[in-house]
Amino acid sequence: MPRTVRDVVFVDGVRTPFGKAGPKGIYHETRADDLVVKAIRELLRRNPGLDPKKIDEVAIAATTQIGDQGLTIGRTAGILAGLPQSVPGYSIDRMCAGALTAVTTVAGSVAFGAYDIAIAGGVEHMGRHPMGEGVDPNPRFVSEKLVDESALFMGMTAENLHDRYPQITKQRADEYAVRSQEKAAKAYANGKIQADLVPISVRRTNPEAGETGWGLVTADEPMRPGTTLENLSGLKTPFRVHGRVTAGNAAGLNDGATASLIASEDFARENDLPVKMRLVSYSFVGVEPEVMGYGPIPATEKALAQAGLSISDIGLFEINEAFAVQVLAFLDHYGIADDDERVNQYGGAIAFGHPLASSGVRLMTQLARQFEEQPEVRYGLTTMCVGFGMGATVIWENPNHKDAGGSK
Amino acid sequence: MSTTELLKGAAELFPDEVVTQAHVRHLDLPFNAGRFALITLDNGFDHTKPTTFGPASLANLDTAIDQVEKEASAGEIVGVGITGKPFIFAVGADLKGVELLKEHKDALAIGKGGHEVFKRLAGIAVPTFAYYNGAAMGGGVEVGLHCQYRTVSAALPAFSLPEVFLGLVPGWGGCTLLPNLIGADKAVSVIIENSLNQNKQLKGAQVYELGIADALFEGADFLEQSLLWTASVLKGEIVIDRPVIDRGEAWDQAVARGRFIADSKVHGAAPAAYRALDIIAAAKNGDLQQGYDAEDVALADLIMGGELRSGIYAFNLVQKRGKRPAGAPDKNLARPVTKVGVVGAGLMASQLALLFLRRLEVPVVLTDIDQERVDKGVGYVHAEIEKLLGKGRINQDKANRLKALVTGVLDKAEGFSDADFIIEAVFEEIGVKQTVFAEVEAVAPAHAILATNTSSLSVTEMASKLKNPERVVGFHFFNPVAILPLLEIVRGEQTDDASLATAFAVAKKLKKTAVLVKDAPAFVVNRILTRFMGEIQNVIDEGTPVEVAEKAVEPLGLPMSPLVLLELVGPAIGLHVSETLNRAFPDRFTVSPNLAAVVKAGKRGFYVYDSGKPELDPEVAALLQQGNSVLTEEQVRERVLDAVAQEIGLMLDEGVVAEAQDIDLCLITGAGWPFHLGGITPYLDREGVSERVNGKKFLAPGLASVPA
Repeated sequence: MPRTVRDVVFVDGVRTPFGKAGPKGIYHETRADDLVVKAIRELLRRNPGLDPKKIDEVAIAATTQIGDQGLTIGRTAGILAGLPQSVPGYSIDRMCAGALTAVTTVAGSVAFGAYDIAIAGGVEHMGRHPMGEGVDPNPRFVSEKLVDESALFMGMTAENLHDRYPQITKQRADEYAVRSQEKAAKAYANGKIQADLVPISVRRTNPEAGETGWGLVTADEPMRPGTTLENLSGLKTPFRVHGRVTAGNAAGLNDGATASLIASEDFARENDLPVKMRLVSYSFVGVEPEVMGYGPIPATEKALAQAGLSISDIGLFEINEAFAVQVLAFLDHYGIADDDERVNQYGGAIAFGHPLASSGVRLMTQLARQFEEQPEVRYGLTTMCVGFGMGATVIWENPNHKDAGGSK
Repeated sequence: MSTTELLKGAAELFPDEVVTQAHVRHLDLPFNAGRFALITLDNGFDHTKPTTFGPASLANLDTAIDQVEKEASAGEIVGVGITGKPFIFAVGADLKGVELLKEHKDALAIGKGGHEVFKRLAGIAVPTFAYYNGAAMGGGVEVGLHCQYRTVSAALPAFSLPEVFLGLVPGWGGCTLLPNLIGADKAVSVIIENSLNQNKQLKGAQVYELGIADALFEGADFLEQSLLWTASVLKGEIVIDRPVIDRGEAWDQAVARGRFIADSKVHGAAPAAYRALDIIAAAKNGDLQQGYDAEDVALADLIMGGELRSGIYAFNLVQKRGKRPAGAPDKNLARPVTKVGVVGAGLMASQLALLFLRRLEVPVVLTDIDQERVDKGVGYVHAEIEKLLGKGRINQDKANRLKALVTGVLDKAEGFSDADFIIEAVFEEIGVKQTVFAEVEAVAPAHAILATNTSSLSVTEMASKLKNPERVVGFHFFNPVAILPLLEIVRGEQTDDASLATAFAVAKKLKKTAVLVKDAPAFVVNRILTRFMGEIQNVIDEGTPVEVAEKAVEPLGLPMSPLVLLELVGPAIGLHVSETLNRAFPDRFTVSPNLAAVVKAGKRGFYVYDSGKPELDPEVAALLQQGNSVLTEEQVRERVLDAVAQEIGLMLDEGVVAEAQDIDLCLITGAGWPFHLGGITPYLDREGVSERVNGKKFLAPGLASVPA
């Protein structure tokens, strides 16, 4: 039977404010599934024209699929969000690129014609599920030297990346981090972030963490506006003595959830849904696990090649800031300046936080906002590094651009 | 006296209060609507221990209001909200604290304390909001009524002002504020009608439809949406336009409707509904403080009165004692029941089969003496399952499952060889029952419980000819089996603990209120009802007109008059039970010749209903042979109550049940005797009948009365 690949679009995306993991964090007494459920509900509220019965899939990513992130959270979250029983769901795991993979996976199904529209998102409550909870690495990894031990500790892989690129100094990483905080604060001040946040009610019973009772979270908790180089220079380097990676030039340990609507362009147009970005290409590439932060480089090469584009065609970059060094390695590779205006205009994970499997959709939501504001930009990309040595890149087209393709 | 002193004094009287905290937390509302103070009511336990208000809890709320009031006046906040812990908003006053109150002035303090604290919410300089996130009752509902705006969760399972049900009035603003918010008619429905209709609860959507809440949001993100809505209200984007209350004729008609409902339910016998209606009637002028003052007085009067104490006593019996039956053996001794046998396939047997089937969801097999009866029994169960399916109470899968589980066979060996629990519901004759049990014992496994649904025969005698009499248990249900909660579990002389424990475990699965009863004639409910009816019958036989005898016991507020009850039971069965008890206790239980004549004439009752209400059937009137001793209503009442008090006294002496509380629990759950009487013994104590007849009260002071 003849098939036509269909254009896939990013309809809309939302996220919860991100919190700091741990006993004093805003979400310490909030369940992970409730976070993603509330994100899904907000997505539907924002798009009242979408009949929930028409949703073909709910793909939700989580890295640690245990407890309130287990039980096939894509399915349970759909039921808890009040979606019709007929809407199925599944769980996805590609660690930090979980939500991004949820998007590309349902996008593939949309392009193939299996789905018209799907929800893709992710959640990670690193307070309830600390990194490494319940892991059981095969002893062969070490005995057969399949990977270096440092491959299991993301901070160590970041130190390894500094080793590989000696020109990326701690100073440069710290400067990058300060800029990320500045840009994030500015984006907040200009109201660029709040419009895509889902307010979350949070309960606190521990008086040591602050006022007790119910509260409402409407902003990201990890942000540290006003951070200076001086503040950062004195921080400890927990992954290596006299190292370069600190809590200041890396994303923290965070809680949060995201959700997006991915649809065929025809479906979106027929149902009067917004078309915020058009998918151009995506790719995932494996690299040495010891320098997983290198991943975005080959992933981007591959995605560009698939799209027949070059890096100079990309007008906006949303790079996940797991570590400043990993962003800088990417920029150096492509000869882009550390403070290039096209890169992470609203700041990044160093400021907002990085609840692992949820972050991919945050990048997309922010890129979509930037597309709206900058119709002169035709292409943008979202990219991230992934644990155990992977990179993930998605290239998007701005439907607001005068030459953009698709079925307007 | 200041509120603080008032509450401090009250708190000293109630040292064991589970104290509710009123946490104040600040947040920034969405849409830049400003800084907001949210009060969370939380007693620190999970939802299984709902949040309540005692004096220390009220003091905590008072302190929280101090704080937000100051912040509001200083312009630091734009609004104040109040909500509850997960699944619970607040379920009102802590009844344990109410029980402890001994003096009118203390009771008055509780009423005033609540008012003084709650009404401060209305005086705060910024708008106030209540978010009914979960169960809200009584004072919980009322605290929200003092706020300017309310939202309610669609997931809220229970919302009520149950005070009248218990014997109180909604006295922390409910009687006054609710009619002024939603009109007198709807307020009467909530405060009077629902309370007197077995304490019916409202769901979230109904709370919204009644106009009690201004907005309804789904449970999944109720608080978030409530706060977003709050932000819109504060910014003036949402304007709440409540319908105008009809303060004319409709108000008086509503109160009259309330009185009619109260009369039909309690016949003037319990004061709470009438006190509440008086306050609702007075609230017509919109003078809130006058209403609050009236509530204080009504609360204090009722707290110091017997009806409330009886109501709380009854509530505790059903909620606590009914769930942990006195004298039941260790539940770990119970054996599993994976298949049930029913001997007999008549109407009673079929009803039992249906009940076991629905609750236990194990195979149930009916037997009888011929195939036609067996088929009829199974057919009845199938038809009832179809009815449940038709009403949407069960789905098709469940209907298929239940139908497949019920079977009927002629051969007991085939049906019962692997049954764990076999109940008989055959003809009430000791020889027949003994034969049936012997047949069952021959084919059933050695561990199987043999239960009898006898209402008057001796369980011990029934078991006496068996090889294993220790496994026989009395399992006495009340008609209609599906509705009346009581199950009298009868321990025969040889019944062992494991069998009894199994019986209690089955009762629990059947969702019945089980009461352990000694193997004594007619057990509890039938013995008391028969003595009660017998005395009514005696005074009629002696010459008192039927209507005088009937009217005499109206103040008890029984679910129906004695002769209507007799009609429901069937005069022939009533006669049979009176004959049985007459044989056991000839000095106290009589057999009425008039009743015998009515039965002989084949009449199904004393009344005809041609005019729409019961009137003495002329044919029955013609049969009656009455003497010429005509008593007044009062004299009749005294004789009847004396008889009941005497019988209960003797039953307790005989050890038929563990305590008087079990008698009351039986009468409430098996005969529908009203809560406000506390069954019957609190009433007999209060009216001085117990002391007159037995020289002492049934219950210790404070149990269902104001403590000494």
